[in-house]
This record gives sequence, C-alpha cells and structure tokens, in this order.
Amino acid sequence: MPNAYESTYKPLPSRTTLIRNATILTANGPVIEHGSILLQNGKIGAVGQTVTAPADALVIEASGKWITPGVIDTHSHIGVYAAPGVESLSDGNEATSPNTAEVSAEHSIWPQDPQFGLALAGGVTTMQILPGSANLFGGRGVTVKNVPSRTAEGMKFPGAPYSLKMACGENPKRVYGSRNTSPQTRMGNVAGYRRAWQAAAEYRDNLRRWKNAGSDPDKRPPRNLQLETLAGVLDGEILVHNHCYRADEMVTMINLAREFGYKITSFHHAVEAYKIRDLLVESNICASMWADWWGFKLEAYDGVRENIALVDQAKGCAIVHSDDANGIQRLNQEAAKALRAGLEAGFKIERADAVRWFTINPARALAIDKLTGSLEAGKNADVVIWTGDPFSVYSRAERVFIDGALIYDRTDPNRQPHRDFETGLLPAGGAR
Amino acid sequence: MKRLVAAFVGAGLSSALLAQSAPPPARRAATPAGPAAAQASVAVPDETTAIVNGRVFTVSGPPLERGTVLIRGRKIAAVGANVAVPAGAKVVDAAGKIVTPGLIESATQIGIVEIPSGAEGTDDQSSTDKDLSAAFNVVDSFNGDSTVIPVTRVEGITRAVVAPSSTGHVLLGQGALFDLTGAQVPDSIVKAPVAMFANLGEAGAASAGGSRASAMLRLREALQDALDFSRNRIAWSNAQRRPYARGRMDMEALVPVVRGELPIAINANRASDLLAAMRLADEFHLKLILLGAIEGWRVTSELAAKKIPVVVKPLTDIPSFDGLGATLENPARLARGGVTLVLSSFDTHNARNLRQEAGNAIAYGLDRDAALRAVTLEPARVWGVADRLGTLDAGKDADVVVWSGDPFELTTGPEHVFIAGREMSKDTRQRQLFEKYRVIR
Repeated sequence: MPNAYESTYKPLPSRTTLIRNATILTANGPVIEHGSILLQNGKIGAVGQTVTAPADALVIEASGKWITPGVIDTHSHIGVYAAPGVESLSDGNEATSPNTAEVSAEHSIWPQDPQFGLALAGGVTTMQILPGSANLFGGRGVTVKNVPSRTAEGMKFPGAPYSLKMACGENPKRVYGSRNTSPQTRMGNVAGYRRAWQAAAEYRDNLRRWKNAGSDPDKRPPRNLQLETLAGVLDGEILVHNHCYRADEMVTMINLAREFGYKITSFHHAVEAYKIRDLLVESNICASMWADWWGFKLEAYDGVRENIALVDQAKGCAIVHSDDANGIQRLNQEAAKALRAGLEAGFKIERADAVRWFTINPARALAIDKLTGSLEAGKNADVVIWTGDPFSVYSRAERVFIDGALIYDRTDPNRQPHRDFETGLLPAGGAR
Repeated sequence: MKRLVAAFVGAGLSSALLAQSAPPPARRAATPAGPAAAQASVAVPDETTAIVNGRVFTVSGPPLERGTVLIRGRKIAAVGANVAVPAGAKVVDAAGKIVTPGLIESATQIGIVEIPSGAEGTDDQSSTDKDLSAAFNVVDSFNGDSTVIPVTRVEGITRAVVAPSSTGHVLLGQGALFDLTGAQVPDSIVKAPVAMFANLGEAGAASAGGSRASAMLRLREALQDALDFSRNRIAWSNAQRRPYARGRMDMEALVPVVRGELPIAINANRASDLLAAMRLADEFHLKLILLGAIEGWRVTSELAAKKIPVVVKPLTDIPSFDGLGATLENPARLARGGVTLVLSSFDTHNARNLRQEAGNAIAYGLDRDAALRAVTLEPARVWGVADRLGTLDAGKDADVVVWSGDPFELTTGPEHVFIAGREMSKDTRQRQLFEKYRVIR
C-alpha cells in the first residue's frame, strides 16, 4: 500500500559550480592535490586534477582548502530529542513496552530543532534519525537530508529504506526490569526478540498464503503495524540497526538473525567490535562506533581508542557515529582521534582511508551509497569545503552543498539556516 | 601523615587542617603490588632529568625555541636556552617536539566514580543523604586505583580538581585537587579542599523545590547560619544559639567559606543567574568562582570588574533554557573582555579530551597563548596552587609534558608525561585490552 508519509523533499535551487585548487578526499580513492570538482544539476559532474566547466559556472577558488563528501551520521536523535532538552521535547523513547516496532521516528521529528543547523555547520548533509534504546524493538528509523523544512517529510531522503532500531544489553533490561516486567535479564532480552520474530514470521507467512490464494480483500489477515515492520525486515526491505555494546551479545544477535533469516546492517556503539571484528566481516555487518566514549556503564567499560582502526584494518565497514548532538557537529574530529589511535598502534591509515568512516561507510549502512557518500561523477552533489585539513582541530566546514545547493556558508550569515525556535529567543550577538 | 588521614575520616573539625595544602608526600621507596595499569614508574629520589632541544612553552614567559627543562627530584631545577646538563642526568631529546606544563582539569569526578550506571559500589560522586551537603568531601572517596586516572594522564593531564556531583541540596560539598599519579590519599592530594561547590540556576532549583528563588534562599540560609556559627561557636556548643537549618558538620565546612578563605565555586549558566551569584558573593564577601557560565560572554564587564574567574566548557553551543545564548565563542569573548578564563572538560571518563576542548576554543577565536594558560597557569591560580604548578619555572613541581606536536591538535599526543618529577608509565587498562586483541587468535 502507498506510504502516507512519503518524502516530499525537493532539492533547493542550485547553480553550476566549479571548486578549484582544493585538496580533495573523495572517499573512493587516493587524495587529489590541487583538484577540482564540478557540481552540475545537483550532481557531481566531474572530479579530478583537471575538470572542464561550462563558461557560466560559478568558480570558487579553494586554494589551501579541503573538500570531502558531505558528512553522514548513522546514529542521531536530533529532532526526536530536540533542543532545548526538556520534557516537552523528549520524543525519542516510547518506553511503554519492550516492543514498539510500530512507532516511527519520523512521527517525532521536530524540524525546528536548532540542532539540525548546528550539525550542518559541522558539514553533516545526511543523518539517520533513530528512536532511543530503551526497548528491544524501538521502532523505525528514517534517513533525512539536513535541509531546513517545515515538515519531516520534506527532509526524508528519497529512496532511503526505513530501518528498525533494536537494542541489546543493559538499557532494555534496566528500563523494564526495574518495573518488574520482562525483560529483566539478558536472557529475557533474547526471549523477547525470539517471541517477536516468531510472530513476525507467522504474520508474513499468513500474508503470503493469502496473496498466493488470490488476495481476496474479504479474507485479508488483519493488519498489524508492529508485525508489519518486523515482517519488512524479514523481507529485506527494512534494515536492522542494532544498539549493542558487548562482543558476546553481538554474536548472540548474529545467531538470532540467522535463526529467523534476517540481516543485521550495522551494530551501533559496538564498543567491543574490536574483539569480534573477524566475525563482523564474515557476516558483512557494519560497526557504527565512537572514537573514545567508554566507561559510562559496565557494557562500555572495555572501550579502546583503537576500536575503529581495528575494524577498518580487518577490512570491515568502520563507521564513526555520534549518538549525540554535540558529537555530530565534529564527526571529522572524532575520526581524527580514531586515526591517531590507529597510527600510534602502527597501522598504515591515510586520511583518504579515514574519511570513509564518516562518508561512504555510513552511506553503505543506510543503503544510499549508490546516491551519495563519495565524490564520483553522477552522485548527488553533497559536498563540504573545509577551511583546511578536516583532521585538524582548527578546521571548520566553510561551505556545505546538498544536491548541489549551497545550504550553509560560514562567511555569509544569510546562508546559515536558523530554526523557528531560535527566532527572537537568542540574545543579540549570540550567533553560533 | 597518619594524623591527617584520621582527620579526613572524622570530618567534623577537619576543615582547618584540610584548608592547607597537604605537605609533600613522603617518597615511596617502592609501590606495593596493584593493578598494573595504575602503576606509575617509580623514580629514584633526586634523579635528574634533562629535557633538551624542545620548543618550550613555559607559560610564564615567551616560548624558548630550543630550550632545556631540568628536573631534579620532584622539582623543576632550571629552565632556559642555556641550561647546562649535569653529568649523569637522564636526557630526553625533545628536538622537534613541544614542551609544556602538565595540563590541569578543573571540574571532574575522576577517582570518585568508576562506572556511573548499573555498577553498585563504584559511584561515590553523589549522595542522597539529606542531612549532608557542605561537609561532603571528595577526599573520603577518592580511589587512586581508578582506571580513569592513567587513561587521563597519558593525554598530558597531570592534575585534576575533583568536585562532588550532587547531594540533594544546593551545596554539593568540598572538592579537592589531586595529582594523577595513581597514588592514594593523602599522597595524591595537592590541596584539599580547593573550594566549596554549589548549584544555582536550573540545577540549583532542581534541588530546592523547583525554583531558582528557593535555591538562592537555601544557599543564603546556610551562609547566614555559618556566619553565626563561626562567630558563636562556644555559645552554640552550650545550646545558646538558635537552631541552624543544616547540621554541625555542614556548618564546620562552611566556616572557611564565610570567612572568605575558601572559594565557593557556583555552577550557573544563564546571565541572570550569573549576576545573582555575583550579588550573593558581594553580600557575604565570598571568594567566588563561576562554573559553566554558558552565558558568561553576556556579562563580561561585570565579571571582569569584580575579577570573578570563570571555568567554562568550550564545546557548548546547544541552546537550553538555562543557556539560550550558548556559543562556541564564549571562551574567546570572555578572554577579550578581560575575564580570568579557565577551560575544563566537565567530564570524567573523557576528561582526556581537555586539549580538544581548548583547540576548539582557539578555532573559535581564543588566542593560542590564552588557551594554553587557561589549562595550566590560570587554573593553578584560581585553585590557589600557582606557587607550585601551572608554569615551567625553577622551583615548581615538575609536571612536564613532551608533545609530538601542537598539544591542541587531534593527531598529536604526549610522548613523555612527568608528574612531580616522575615519568609516568604509558600503560592503561585500555592499552592492555588493545594489546590482548591486537591479533585475534
């Protein structure tokens, strides 16, 4: 049936733009020194040492500046845990039942959250907005473009699949166990997943039988929104993004996915990914990780700064994610810290490799890697011009393009989108 | 030393003792066995180390392009471009490297919380005992074996002000300055207490019935009682004074505050709350330090005129109702306005990111030298230990860091970290975990 909440996103007006003489990290090959990139009709026209541009192209001299693909975050709660962080805007966890697969983050997103603009100033062009991790099944996540819009639908990334947020470990068992309801233990968590997947498999089979018998509208099995989402996972249409810290629990989840025949796209947080990086590679599962968060709970106690580099070195799909409205503003800096840890460990990692952690690898985990995430002719022109090396603490996103449109310009206050909440509330001179 | 320990435990009359800097710890001939990660390398007393050829940022003066820092025992013996290296000295060649004082973190819970969620027995940062507030003292729970200590010091942070988190009252208790050698109390104490901590603004209101006004009243009430107590102790002992709202131990702890001897560090963010805290300080003649100060940039002239130092977290730009004016330029604007500026991570497990915070403050307009001062000399001054720490000058404690490059960059790091003359081990529990899994067998 048609989706009532379909994306209404339309690219903003853009003009043909040539950016010249920059250091370019394409996320798809070695660094290009003194390179150029052409943005045309919302797409990347060409990228390389020499690029020819139409005579009417706007030319940006970018000597000394660096260019990367737009930053992509697989794990954000912007819009669902909006700023200011008060009860009225706490819309990220429907912590009323361990299985709320029927809810969808798109119905909580407040497009006027000022944090969208802050993330944009950090070069973030695309992000996955997820429900929280209180529940075993938190609900659907959606991928959005970081554009000003009056509606969530106006931000939704056309063609990006929905995801299902699942959570392991301490959060669900703490939230429900403390109410003396299930789950109260890790084994209770797993029983909860299995019960749900079994029901979903039966739901899907009933629907299939009905379809195979001719889809008689009078005999359609009753629609169940919760099972519909889970069945969408079993059918491969909805991607599983699984909050999970501990190595042994991630392996349990891999086994669970095998039992019910679905695929896990990415583990999130994955603080112990380094302990099972071979198994993640074997199962083709991405790991969305922090550079250095650790110790804030027991399942995060074994965090090491080499986590991202170790997954990368194992030829895994290593992603630096934020889960945080502060961290999302500086994913380039988080990647820089992870890069340093890898270099100090003796690994050979170039900036051209590390840039993938916040561009093409997250694009892959969101199944939008054919559209964005690297600087290749034909892809969406999601591009960031940095004031310098993005792995330096002193560099900042200077200009950000989404589908070729200049959405943010640090040098032009009129090109810095502000949300309604900020209007008339920020003290004069308080521009961030 | 034994007597001092006993005094910490019997909190009652300890404030006078604790108000002084702890005496230099006795040299420990050998460190008893313990978790490997927590062990610092043990130096021979009076061993001499010469750090040569580095670009030396003394903080007290202009940088030396090729300077020598000479360490003897616990102290810096000499710093300069032409310092002779004595025979037998251990030499660290810092050619191409940067040498700075050890960094000081100014608002953390390192050592008083190991795992803040779901791990009973590891979290001593807060108390729900409603009869305790000002007397709460972090010294009594500081654990020198915390794995957070080595993880922090390998990033060049050598000292930390540990503050209590919450008590259910606007007064949070007494914080102390510790070294990050991994030593236990009392050896790890640099100064205890360094300040009385309190909350106003939104956090204060939350612990005082829900209003900023009631938070202010509760604080004023405790200070008025403490003033009365400090002037009438004997009469109070003889039950000849009116009853106080807080107990004896809280009153004892507040005496040095109302006498203006011990600073009060008040957490406040909104411009109106910062001004209210300043009025309170005037009323009671308090030595005020402001923590947080998200909207500090809006009251720079008042802060500068009253010489109130502020401790801020640079990476703060998300608007809240406690700080709608949050901006990454807060540190730069405060410094430009002549306010004494200290930078802090306000973090525990990732207090190690203090230098990333400082680097971002620079990216948003703070002068580089001011940024370095704001994590070395200024905190040493604000916490009252500038006679011992904060710069590379002869006679000071030898907290010295040799960096592979710019200390505020993300891809550089410390190569040598000295605390009070001892080179610290690079070992951490995290490093051991990494080595264990470097190759999967």
